[in-house]
Amino acid sequence: MSRIINFNEAILEATEEILTNHSNSIIVGLGVPDPKGIFGTTLGLTEKYGSNRVYDMPTAENAMTGIAIGAAINGLRPIMTHQRVEFSLLGIEQLINQAAKWHYMTGGKSRVPLVIRLIVGRGWGQGPQHSQFLEPIFAHVPGLKVLCPSSAYEAKGLLWSAFNDDNPVIFFEHRWLHSTKSIVPETPYSLPIGKCNIVEEGTDFTLVSYSYGLTECRKIAKILKSFDIHPEIVDIRSLRPIDHQTIIESVKKTGRLLCIDNGWSHMNIAAEIISNVVTETFKSLKSPPQRIGIADVPIPSTRSLANLVYPSLKDIAHKIETIMERKIFPDQFSFPENQDVPDQSFTGPF
Amino acid sequence: MPSIPSYKMDQETKYELLHSMLFIRLVEEKIAEKYSENQMRCPVHLSIGQEAIASGVCAHLSPNDKLISAHRSHAHYLAAGGDLKAMLCELYGKIDGCAKGKGGSMHLIDLEAGLISAVPIVGSSIAIGTGVAWSNRIQKLDGIVAIFLGDGATEEGVFSESLDFAALHDLKVLFVCENNHYSVYTHISERQHSKRSICDIARAHGITSFSAEGNEVVEVYDLTKEALSFMNDNACPVLVEFSTFRWREHCGPNWDDDLGYRKDGELKNWMDKCSIKSLRDNLGISDTRYLNLVNELNEMILDAFKHAESSQFPNESELVSDVYA
Ligand SMILES: Cc1ncc(C[n+]2csc(CCOP(=O)(O)OP(=O)(O)O)c2C)c(N)n1
Ligand SMILES: [Mg+2]
Repeated sequence: MSRIINFNEAILEATEEILTNHSNSIIVGLGVPDPKGIFGTTLGLTEKYGSNRVYDMPTAENAMTGIAIGAAINGLRPIMTHQRVEFSLLGIEQLINQAAKWHYMTGGKSRVPLVIRLIVGRGWGQGPQHSQFLEPIFAHVPGLKVLCPSSAYEAKGLLWSAFNDDNPVIFFEHRWLHSTKSIVPETPYSLPIGKCNIVEEGTDFTLVSYSYGLTECRKIAKILKSFDIHPEIVDIRSLRPIDHQTIIESVKKTGRLLCIDNGWSHMNIAAEIISNVVTETFKSLKSPPQRIGIADVPIPSTRSLANLVYPSLKDIAHKIETIMERKIFPDQFSFPENQDVPDQSFTGPF
Repeated sequence: MPSIPSYKMDQETKYELLHSMLFIRLVEEKIAEKYSENQMRCPVHLSIGQEAIASGVCAHLSPNDKLISAHRSHAHYLAAGGDLKAMLCELYGKIDGCAKGKGGSMHLIDLEAGLISAVPIVGSSIAIGTGVAWSNRIQKLDGIVAIFLGDGATEEGVFSESLDFAALHDLKVLFVCENNHYSVYTHISERQHSKRSICDIARAHGITSFSAEGNEVVEVYDLTKEALSFMNDNACPVLVEFSTFRWREHCGPNWDDDLGYRKDGELKNWMDKCSIKSLRDNLGISDTRYLNLVNELNEMILDAFKHAESSQFPNESELVSDVYA
């Protein structure tokens, strides 16, 4: 049986199933047991599974990351959560030097089955230290896996896959996805790690993104339909390992590529995708591939500037005209403008 | 440990402290009131209930002194003499904001008032403030650095690491811990062992420490005076810990006692110990005089709000400016 639920409910559901089915699973994170339950993703877990399975923690991300690694190498399977990506940076030494290398440098004798959930902020003036994605930093490092669900369905399946994996997995949740809905099976399931998902088949060009970027892809695809243009939308889903093959196959078919990145354009995921596409499909390309990401600046608090940081549908439309090598949208076409909230019900403060 | 002398505070100083605390309280209450207009679109961490520490400590800061704060910085900014209009413009995201709207409430700065910065990643400001004091020392500059930090921030490794360095190099740092017993929704007993003492941690690093009731502004003032004279006599860092309580939600304008994360009566207990009320009673100010003061401050505050509301947003060119120096 399936039904429609929110992204945050899907995370909660997967976590409950994990706690029920795996007695060696533990949950830890600042605010996990609190009345807001990490944006609703951990609500009620302490009451149901007890405080020896579900933990709050001191504001000590560096030590706590190492402690979670220690717990993982000694038989537990922790899921650690940070309410913002930036808070995990205090523990980045433990993640990059220790967790990522552990299996390799022990000659395969020891493993770190650890999931780190990182929430990406956006809007409502979060500003420079509370709204960075930073996914390339993690995706750069061999030994880590990096997942970026784009819907409630992906969130539940990928959280299960992350949990079942015997390696440290970084699991990015975009704050603006938490309130999005999709059809989610009631029973446990997992999705393949390192496999793209073709969200919509199409012939005119390949549109690649991940996480919140998929929301923008769907919006622009809807507009494009009225101009009889049909992109093939590919959700990368897993940034490491990454499934270049599916993207290459798609570009071989369409001959055109646009990547929508969630982060800065300089040294980003889209660069990695385009580099592989150019190397592997150079002869089938009809136009130079394009990428679009956020402006190359720290993310400002004020909405007048923050709305300019993120690519708007109009910016994306221009890029599409570039790769399609023709004008598509009439000059007076009005695209919805960027807002600093996911919807009008969001009134901050976090 | 040095004993704490009981300074006979003159009426004028008391009145100044009352003025400072009341000013902070009224600004914060006005922010809370106007937040629902959805024009201050950034996370705000209000200081209501904790004003005595900011006012009592900052009263001792002289022009060469500096301070650094964290996410809950409005009180420190205002007590240090930060520009109210620039602060409100920052909250409204306007170009006249102290950081041109680029930072928001969590990134206040007023160099003229000595406020180096406010840093919302918990603990990070402690090291930065220590570094400012180190550079004071190397360059033989006068002045101390007051680092405001919460009880939660003492859990970060950077706290102990900074204490060690400050002690090792005899840096003139006043570590000011505002222990409000909570980090977001989590009581200190769920984060720190009952035998863990923040003052003892400082002592274990070779740093003299004092603690006092943070809702008694006279105590805060006296203790800070004592701490600073100890620092100047001995050329060393000092830590002061004040116990206090945040009245409203951790982040945002609302009351949230209904969520039940705090013990029944805990908030009321602390509200009964309101620093403003007790100093007002102590001073024996008449109702009329007090109301006059409230009205006078509110008028100035409303004027600053009007300024912030009517100021301009930064224009597009500001997006790419300031990335590099
Ligand atoms: C490194 C880091 N971890 C977590 C957070 C989220 N956070 C913001 S404020 C805060 C509470 C800190 O408590 P305390 O230092 O006692 O300050 P208070 O809010 O009580 O004034 C937390 C956990 C953060 N900003 N930075
Ligand atoms: Mg606190």
